[in-house]
Amino acid sequence: MGVDATRTLEQAAVIDREGLALLLTGLRDDGYTLVGPTARDGAIVLDELDGIDDLPAGWTDRQEAASYRLERRDDDALFGYVVGPHSFKRYLHPPRVKLWQVRRRDDGMEFSRGGAAAPRYAFLGVRACDLAAMRVQDRVMIGQDARDPIYAERREGAFLISVHCTEARSTCFCASMGAGPVADAGFDLALTEVLGERDGEPRHEFVITAGTPRGQEALRRLPSRPAGARELEAARAGHERARGQMGRRLATEGVRALLRDNPESPQWDDVATRCLSCGNCTLVCPTCFCSTVEDTVDLKGEHAERWRSWDSCFTGEFSYIHGGVVRPSTRARYRQWLTHKLSTWFDQFGTSGCVGCGRCVTWCPVGIDLRAEVAAIRRRADADEPARATSSTPDAGSDA
Amino acid sequence: MPRKPRLAVFKFASCDGCQLSLLDCEDELLALAGELEISHFLEASSAVQDGPYDLSLVEGSITTPHDAARIREVRRQSRALVTIGACATAGGIQALRNFRDVREFTRIVYARPDYIETLERSTAIADHVPVDFELRGCPINKAQLLEVLVSFLRRKRPNIPSHSVCVECKRRGIVCLMVARGTACLGPVTHAGCGALCPSFHRGCYGCFGPAESVNTPALAERLEQLGVDRGHRLRLFRSFNANAPEFREESERHEQ
Repeated sequence: MGVDATRTLEQAAVIDREGLALLLTGLRDDGYTLVGPTARDGAIVLDELDGIDDLPAGWTDRQEAASYRLERRDDDALFGYVVGPHSFKRYLHPPRVKLWQVRRRDDGMEFSRGGAAAPRYAFLGVRACDLAAMRVQDRVMIGQDARDPIYAERREGAFLISVHCTEARSTCFCASMGAGPVADAGFDLALTEVLGERDGEPRHEFVITAGTPRGQEALRRLPSRPAGARELEAARAGHERARGQMGRRLATEGVRALLRDNPESPQWDDVATRCLSCGNCTLVCPTCFCSTVEDTVDLKGEHAERWRSWDSCFTGEFSYIHGGVVRPSTRARYRQWLTHKLSTWFDQFGTSGCVGCGRCVTWCPVGIDLRAEVAAIRRRADADEPARATSSTPDAGSDA
Repeated sequence: MPRKPRLAVFKFASCDGCQLSLLDCEDELLALAGELEISHFLEASSAVQDGPYDLSLVEGSITTPHDAARIREVRRQSRALVTIGACATAGGIQALRNFRDVREFTRIVYARPDYIETLERSTAIADHVPVDFELRGCPINKAQLLEVLVSFLRRKRPNIPSHSVCVECKRRGIVCLMVARGTACLGPVTHAGCGALCPSFHRGCYGCFGPAESVNTPALAERLEQLGVDRGHRLRLFRSFNANAPEFREESERHEQ
């Protein structure tokens, strides 16, 4: 990743705050719906933006397991924070979407498509881990065998403005997952925010690179100058700062086999005493894609609709099949989630399901940290701790 | 044309708020009356017809010997019986009596406590008779009530998810109050159905819909303690509208002195 980032930085330009404002206005004029970070309700969330003034200027975040706080910075940085409670999954794989509707007619049934056509999105502030998450979801939603038209329509039309991280939190571990902090591909434009002084004057600029022809075209329309050695050095220093601030690593070596081979680790019982089975980790995860489908009917039985909503492997109804719930216990649910994310995701989709964004760590109400759980499973496997006495019984039975 | 199914609404110990949710279905009331014959609904009309009924909605908890007998008769007269609201599904706020001596209350409140014939505990309808479906909430959500009625008419399983309120918050994009503000919130252990009403107004969940399908109340209580919620407050959080729901009752008892 370092090589690619350096190469793209060599072709970098520099724009100022005004240039960024023009970029955003231009995208809106081109018909894009602009979505990016904004400060609201005690966090930096994603929302539709009118322009640069909606960005969280001068705000930052403090994050640790089960805790997030919005705080003032001592500068006016526009991107001086890391990922918040939302991910771009909200827009690409919406939490609730109507799939189709049907009306009863005298001569039969009339089916029609669910909602209006999706807007054409321009996403601003897409972090390297967010881009990596989109690539993971692409393999799920736009696979060779199946194509989710709702996701594909939104994803393929989206204009992506990435922001390389220049800070990290203890919850961040994208470097462990090979996903960041610098995005090397997949964006139309990528920014590194550079704040500092030159000749006694404060400066606030963005080192910008294009990743696609349409990104180059957008950049050409902006007032910019080629990036000099000083700006490039400042950008690289920011990336290194982010790398250095990351929290504990997720030890990925052999994790696929570790989880596959330890379905009866006593650690699953341990985590089940702490896990609320509330589903928050899956819902904030930018790669979790599970959903449920509900049919609604009106009172007269003349009109019916089918809706798709986000679901979670931590709910009982999610694993309900004829006759009962396959994963009735929290132990089974947490094990399913972590094992899928870090191990069987490879079998299914050819990659890890985790990009190291740390949202599941921050937004778990009781602060369960998957990095610590993996470490504990490894420790117990290395120490050859005996599995539960019930390990020989089938899973559903032992968990019931 | 087949006859319309007959609907009855019965009240036990309750505030009437849940049956009012039925009258609150203003836009759908006429359509509802077109599909169901409303045979017994004292809140709406004093003209009542005798049973049997195809569907009975039952509000309120059982708190007197008289009601304990009456619910058996309602059950006998009802092809399907659906309980609505926290009183009917968990004993309601009046189940606070279950943690004290009810005779002491009657001595304090009534001039002639010997006139009062009451049970020691307030209990859910399902503790007395078989119930076909329990609709949670204090009060119930009228959209969910309509879903139950439509499902009854169409003979389908109602879409009433039993997962946590957290799922509703996250679908709506509400920023977690516990994580971002340190607010005490019962959302992670509370049954969905309100659409995350309180969190959308920056208030922690009060647990109006009772325990979710799978809960870990001790782990949540431990986190609340870390957030500075004292023992008495933790006890009261779990001991409100659904105080007698087993998971909440056991958790509140853990915080007694």
